[in-house]
Amino acid sequence: MAYSEKVLDHYNNPRNVGSLDKSAENVGTGIVGAPECGDVMKLQIQVEGDRIVDAKFKTYGCGSAIASSSLATEWLKGKSVEEAMEIKNTDIVDELQLPPVKIHCSVLAEGAIRAALDDLKKKADPKEEDVA
Amino acid sequence: MVKTPVYMDYHATTPVDPRVTEAMLPYFSERFGNAASRNHSFGWEVEEVVENCRRSIAQAMGARTSEVIFTSGATESNNLVLIGAATMYAEKGKHIITAKTEHKAILDTCEYLESQGAEVTYLPIQEDGLIDLDQLKDAMRDDTILVSIMAANNEIGVIQPIKEIGALCHERGIFFHTDAAQALGKIPIHVEEMNIDLLSFSGHKIYGPKGIGGLYVRKRKPRVKLSPIMHGGGHERGMRSGTLNVPGIVGLAKALEICMEEMEEESSRIKALRDKLENALLKEIDFSYLNGHKDKRLVGNSNISFNYVEGEGLMMAIPDIAVSSGSACTSASLEPSYVLKALGRSDELAHSSIRFGLGRFTTEEEVDYVIEKMIAGVKKLRDLSPLYEMVLEGIDLNTVEWAEH
Repeated sequence: MAYSEKVLDHYNNPRNVGSLDKSAENVGTGIVGAPECGDVMKLQIQVEGDRIVDAKFKTYGCGSAIASSSLATEWLKGKSVEEAMEIKNTDIVDELQLPPVKIHCSVLAEGAIRAALDDLKKKADPKEEDVA
Repeated sequence: MVKTPVYMDYHATTPVDPRVTEAMLPYFSERFGNAASRNHSFGWEVEEVVENCRRSIAQAMGARTSEVIFTSGATESNNLVLIGAATMYAEKGKHIITAKTEHKAILDTCEYLESQGAEVTYLPIQEDGLIDLDQLKDAMRDDTILVSIMAANNEIGVIQPIKEIGALCHERGIFFHTDAAQALGKIPIHVEEMNIDLLSFSGHKIYGPKGIGGLYVRKRKPRVKLSPIMHGGGHERGMRSGTLNVPGIVGLAKALEICMEEMEEESSRIKALRDKLENALLKEIDFSYLNGHKDKRLVGNSNISFNYVEGEGLMMAIPDIAVSSGSACTSASLEPSYVLKALGRSDELAHSSIRFGLGRFTTEEEVDYVIEKMIAGVKKLRDLSPLYEMVLEGIDLNTVEWAEH
């Protein structure tokens, strides 16, 4: 199976690799996937007010999973929290030209974005903790 | 400078040795006769060649010439053994014993036979990849007709105690089949000394052509009969109809001859290279583990799990090196290697495994190159790995509640 040029680009030059301080009030952390399934994504966003000013990721998984999370961080930076909620896995599939067997990588990336946003929301309003 | 891409996947297939290609060439256009043509010289000429090849192959495994039949490869031979024996001996019994780490050509055929009413016992294996002889003994029943255990495993290279397994089978009057696709020509095999009744082999794993293989079928003490799965002109003692693939047979015989002549020298050369590769990787890369028995193993095999990186992702980091992975992402089923899981390895370690297969044309420069690239590749992916980060932070990954998907 050949990889698309965009997947190869993100794999070879991953954007925004790293970690943010997960205990900080303005940092949301999302960890999705499981080691036994072969992929785990950690995606973190840092906000100033309503704006995402930084995003970092680390991913254990195949090239498409790494590319999907790298792309997600690229897209997240500069967006408002509301705009970030709009990112869909299908957008990632289209951008990276993922084949059907790799769609789950984009689903995971969308899940990581949601989880990071949820974490941020919980930190802002601890009462909602049980709801999520 | 190493010539890339580097091929280190000799368990998948091997290049045809130039000496083999040369031996085959006259049998395409010049000596093209049908070995079954009984009434002219075109047929006689190649029939004699085929019989000489058959004799040479039989000798390589301690068999009689007439006990070797030709097929399209080990998959067909395995199908013929299982389906052919189950059909032929249906009145004697319907029970077959095999192991969980067998090749899919055995496991899928057994599953098919189960759908037809057969009963199959899949023996578990020990942590080192070897079967437990006591468990085999306990699994034997009065209606067991066949035990099928591979000689050497295609993923982890582990070599089973064939002689002992054969002896147990013969004590109970059960036929013993071994899939020797990875073993014949690489380790000494003798059907008499090792109590083997049926043995599958293949051309393309031993530097011969693809699409040719064979089966040893014991004729005496005990005589084994198989119902054919391919019907037609009654070739190969009625067990496998179809015009003989003469160039393939010539290539297979030549390839095996070379393997037998050079086995000792070749084994020690390949083993030295394999050990160099394996020792360097296990030493230089933390959290790396060898899969399978350390010594009872094919000399060209090294199967290593590099924990906290995923196999397919790792292979992308070494695009000019051809290896295999037990990762789910590299299989059609999206399941990690069933062989590694049978060893008791976690799914996580199965996902992280790389199979290196070294062979006749592997050079020391290539090994050095692979060591260098692997170390860099694992480092690159570990830098990206949230699991590795957590482990370095002292988090026990088993205590984490993962959001499984």
